[in-house]
Amino acid sequence: MTAPPAVSAPGAAPESPPIGDRTPVRAASRRRRAKRALRGSWQLYVLVAPAVLFFLIFNYVPMYGAQIAFRDFIASDGIWGSSWVGFEHFERFFDSYYFWRLLRNTLVLSLYQLLLFPLPIILALALNEVKNHVFKRFAQTLTYAPHFVSLVVVVGMLFAFMDPRTGLINHVIELIGLEPIQFMQDPGWFRHLYVWSGVWQSLGWSTIIYLAALAGVNPELHQAAQVDGANRLQRIRHVNIPAIMPTVVILLILDFGSFMAVGFEKALLMNNSLNAEASDIIQTFVYETGLLEGQYSYAAAVGLFDSVINIILLVGVNQLARRYSENSLW
Amino acid sequence: MTSSTSASSASDTVRRSRRHSRLTSHDDRWFDRLNTAFLIVVVLVIGYPLWFVLIASVSDPHAVETGRVWLWPVDLNLDGYARVFAQGSIWVGYRNTVVYTLVGVALHLLLVLPCAYALSRRNMAGRTAVTWYILFTMLFSGGLIPTYLVVKDLGMLDTIWAVVVPGAAGAWSVLVGRAFFTQSVPEELAEAATVDGAGDIQIFLRIAIPLSAPIIATLALFHGVGLWNEYFRALIYLSDRDKYTLQLVLRELLVVSQETSQSGAGEAGSLIEQQRLASLIKYATMIVASLPLLIVYPFLQRFFTQGVLIGSVKG
Repeated sequence: MTAPPAVSAPGAAPESPPIGDRTPVRAASRRRRAKRALRGSWQLYVLVAPAVLFFLIFNYVPMYGAQIAFRDFIASDGIWGSSWVGFEHFERFFDSYYFWRLLRNTLVLSLYQLLLFPLPIILALALNEVKNHVFKRFAQTLTYAPHFVSLVVVVGMLFAFMDPRTGLINHVIELIGLEPIQFMQDPGWFRHLYVWSGVWQSLGWSTIIYLAALAGVNPELHQAAQVDGANRLQRIRHVNIPAIMPTVVILLILDFGSFMAVGFEKALLMNNSLNAEASDIIQTFVYETGLLEGQYSYAAAVGLFDSVINIILLVGVNQLARRYSENSLW
Repeated sequence: MTSSTSASSASDTVRRSRRHSRLTSHDDRWFDRLNTAFLIVVVLVIGYPLWFVLIASVSDPHAVETGRVWLWPVDLNLDGYARVFAQGSIWVGYRNTVVYTLVGVALHLLLVLPCAYALSRRNMAGRTAVTWYILFTMLFSGGLIPTYLVVKDLGMLDTIWAVVVPGAAGAWSVLVGRAFFTQSVPEELAEAATVDGAGDIQIFLRIAIPLSAPIIATLALFHGVGLWNEYFRALIYLSDRDKYTLQLVLRELLVVSQETSQSGAGEAGSLIEQQRLASLIKYATMIVASLPLLIVYPFLQRFFTQGVLIGSVKG
C-alpha cells in the first residue's frame, strides 16, 4: 500500500491517479482513501479548535482592542462605543515631563542587561571543559536553582540582604568601617540591584542552550587543533566559540525582541517613591496609570508605543543579523 | 604558546606536536585548576544567598539581625517556622496556589496537546495557516490594558479563572509539542490506524497520548513552575483575600512591609505589627515558599532541559 496523498484540500476532487494506475477498482479505492483522509481532517479541526478559539479571545481580541489607544474609553460605552480621538493620547505622552525619564530608564535597563549576555556563554564554556562529571553535574544543578525561586522571593531576599540596619550586605559594609547604604531607596543602586539579581537568577539556566550547542561540536575538530599545537584556550577560542556563534546570534535577536519589555514585574516589586527616578519604566507606568488610576486609553497608548518600538527593534536587528551573519529568525 | 607549525615539514610537525603536547599538558593542568577555581567561585556566589536564607531561617532572629549568622545556624531556633505555620494567610495562599497550579496545568495540557498533535499531522489542510496564526501571537500582543479589559468583560475578575485562563496556552508550548509529535509519533502509525477505521481523535487519544509522557511532563512542569511563581496576574485580577495566591501573600510580607519599614513611611499600628512579624518570619517564609520546587527540580531536570532545547530549536 502506498501512502495516501499527503495534502487533501477540503472539497478538492481526489487526485488523478498516476499513469498506469487507471483501473476503475484502484481509482475507487483511491477515492475512498481520499475521502477518509478528509474525514480524518474534520476531527483534526476539532482537536485544534479549542486552542484556536483561545488565541482568538486572549490574543487577537486584545490586539483588536488595542484601538482604545485611539479612543477615549468610557466604561459605560464599552470599547466599541467610545469616541475616536486619534493620536491625542500619544501626543500627551510625548509632551509629558516624564516621557524622557521613562524612555531613558527603560532603555538603560535593557541595555545594561543586554551587555551582560556574554556571562552565560563564559560559564557554559567553562562548564564544558570540566572532566569530572560529578562536579559538573553538581555545578549545573546548583546554578540552575535560582531559576526556580520566584520573583517575589528574590526581591524579598534583596530587601532582607540590603536592609540598612539588619541586612547582610550592610553588616559587611559596617565591618569595613563604612556607613550603611540605603540600597533599596537609592535610585543610583536600583539598576545594579535589578540587573545583577537577574544575573544571579538566570545565569545557570541560560547555559543550557549553549551547553547543548557545545556538546554538538565535532571532536575531530579538537583533535585536529591539538595536532596543530593549539592549547585549551586556543581551542575554545577557535573551535568552541565559532561552533556556538549561530546560537548566540539567534538568542541575541530574541533578546532584542523583548528589549522594551524588560521584566517589569520585578521593577514593579522593587519600585518605590524614593527610587522612582530610576525604577519608573514604561511598563510599570502602564500598570499604574491604567489599572490603578483607571486611565485605560492613555495607558493603552503608552503600552502600544512600547510594543511598536519592540517590533521595530526585532525586525531591525534581524535584518542586520541577516546581512552580517548567516543566522536570522526569518 | 602560539602554534606556528603550519609552515614546517611533516616530520618536523610530528616532533613539534609531541613537544607541544608535553607543553600543553602542563598548560592544561593550569587551565584545569583555574577553570575549576573559577567554577567554584561561581557556585559559591550563586549558592551562598540560598544557603544564607536556609541558615537564617533556623537561627535566632536577633542573631541574624545583628550579623552573627554567617556560615552556620546560630542559636538554633524554629520559632520562625512555628509562626509561619500559625499564619492563616500563608496557608490560604498555599492552598490556593496548589489548586490554581493543578487546574492551570490541566487546562494548559487540554488546550496545547490536541492542537500540537493536529498541527504535527501532515494531512491536515491549512495547518501552515493555523501555525502562523499561533506564531503571530509571539510577535504581537494587545498589551496589558486591552487584555485586562477582555478578562474583565468575560466576568473573570476576582475568580480563579482570571489567574489560570489568560495564559493557559502559548505559542511556545504549541511549537514544542508539535516538534515532539512530529518526531515521536510517526505519520505511518496514524495512517495504519486510519486504514483500520480509527478517527483522528481516537488516534490522538489511543496512540499519540500514550507515547507522549515526556512531552506531557515537560509542558506540565514548565507551566506549573510558571503558575506557582506567578504574582502579577493575581495582583491585577484578584482583590478578595481568600483567593490570594502564595506569591501575593509573600509580596505583602516580604516586599510591601519591608518597603514601608525601610523608607520609614506608613507608621500605622497594624503596619508596625506586620513589620515585626515579617522580620521574624521572612527567612522561614522564603524557605516554605521555595522549597517544594527546589527539592523537586533536580530530579526532573532532564524534562526542563528538554523543554529548553526543543523550544530553542523551534524558537
